[in-house]
Amino acid sequence: MSGELPELSGDEIKRYSRHLIMPEVGVEGQRKLKAAKVLCIGAGGLGSPAAMYLAAAGVGTLGIVDFDVVDFSNLQRQLLHGTPDVGRPKLDSAKDRLNALNPNVHIETYNAALSSENAMQLFAPYDVILDGTDNFPTRYLVNDACVLSGKPNAYGSIFRFEGQASVFATKDGPCYRCLYPEPPPPGLVPSCAEGGVFGVLPGIIGVIQATETIKLILGIGEPLIGRFMIYDALRMRFRELRLRKDADCPVCGTHPTVTKLIDYEQFCGVAPHQVEAAKPMTTSIDALTATDLKAELDRGEQLVVLDVREPQEYQINKIPGSILIPLGDLPKRYVELDPNARIVSQCKSGMRSAKAQDFLRSKGFTSVRNLTGGILGWIDQVDPSQPKY
Amino acid sequence: MIKILIPTPLRPFTDKLDTVEVSGATVGELLQNLTTMHPGLKQHLYAADGKLRSFVNVYVNDDDIRYLQKHETPVKDGDTLSIIPSVAGGARP
Ligand SMILES: [Zn+2]
Repeated sequence: MSGELPELSGDEIKRYSRHLIMPEVGVEGQRKLKAAKVLCIGAGGLGSPAAMYLAAAGVGTLGIVDFDVVDFSNLQRQLLHGTPDVGRPKLDSAKDRLNALNPNVHIETYNAALSSENAMQLFAPYDVILDGTDNFPTRYLVNDACVLSGKPNAYGSIFRFEGQASVFATKDGPCYRCLYPEPPPPGLVPSCAEGGVFGVLPGIIGVIQATETIKLILGIGEPLIGRFMIYDALRMRFRELRLRKDADCPVCGTHPTVTKLIDYEQFCGVAPHQVEAAKPMTTSIDALTATDLKAELDRGEQLVVLDVREPQEYQINKIPGSILIPLGDLPKRYVELDPNARIVSQCKSGMRSAKAQDFLRSKGFTSVRNLTGGILGWIDQVDPSQPKY
Repeated sequence: MIKILIPTPLRPFTDKLDTVEVSGATVGELLQNLTTMHPGLKQHLYAADGKLRSFVNVYVNDDDIRYLQKHETPVKDGDTLSIIPSVAGGARP
């Protein structure tokens, strides 16, 4: 942060009064927070409490990178999203929630998967990066991009009842690769989807990340640099391990071998298509637009339009003649479908249907295309008489 | 006896125990004895070449053995050995 700090409005002085009366924050500290820009990678379990506290505390600009859609299984711990948000992009519900918490905060949303192509540019305007990611390729990407761009990384990770937190990639401090030079091979370490996660755990870890972020911005206290905090919720015990900057670290060491961002899926041994599958497809054998679909239906082509949303969404709007199998039911109900049928997979905006497409293909279905833009695209391009939600 | 703290992801290989008491004079001996008692752990701790895996760190009390004497690091009664693997948060559904 440089230059003039912004002034606080009368409303802001009222709102932040409990900060202002503490000498460690005070008016100047609050103005530093207002000037600060923090980028949250992910609006999930860790990103939710972190972003909410950062917004409430008055961090002036909060960026959020996410491309996911709210699922019922998220609600047990991802407090940015409520039950009515199921099916909405997480960015939309996050923005609504944070704006309601504190309208003084400027929320920037990036509907994208963080990648080696966009990371440096996305990070550039920000002061601190808060890593709330859920997978190894993105974690190493965030780490390396933080080191290469000189931005501190408020890091957290969770598994079942245990959490980890630290601050990486400060000027003289260690980075994630100093701690773990390489990721585990896929499959050897179970993910949260397999292992589960205690719903309150990300609350603790995400708030540690937010705490460290605010301390870095204010320049107060003893930051969690060179220290690795481990929390065990079952035993209610924190442990602290010493972390050293590794002179041989491939990215922050004295003779780095990683001097620009690499292919992290490959680095982590993940086949790129496993990650790609989460994104909407764009090529013609993979996808079609609502306009294309309407034309094919009008020509009388034999298509099965498979709606993979939840039943309550289907009640709001639908493509005539479509059949409903919610994405979560597909693994046990896909046998109801003809594997040689020409299927068009459809949801609200194209994310869930891309997962359904990937799933059906893995089961040997020969023709599955994804409807780009989902029912929303259909309403925009074909049938504006139907309500949107 | 030295207390070895087992992290959640590795507990399926220690009969769900979160702590295992093992005897030994060095870190190497402790881990050797631990993997003899719980053979399923071995492939999670060691690569095929016999080196500790690069996503598994071992600490004596709060210090990383990489900055002590690695497997030759001496241990004494009352020390605690921690095995800390990297963990991934909630994978996308
Ligand atoms: Zn490093």
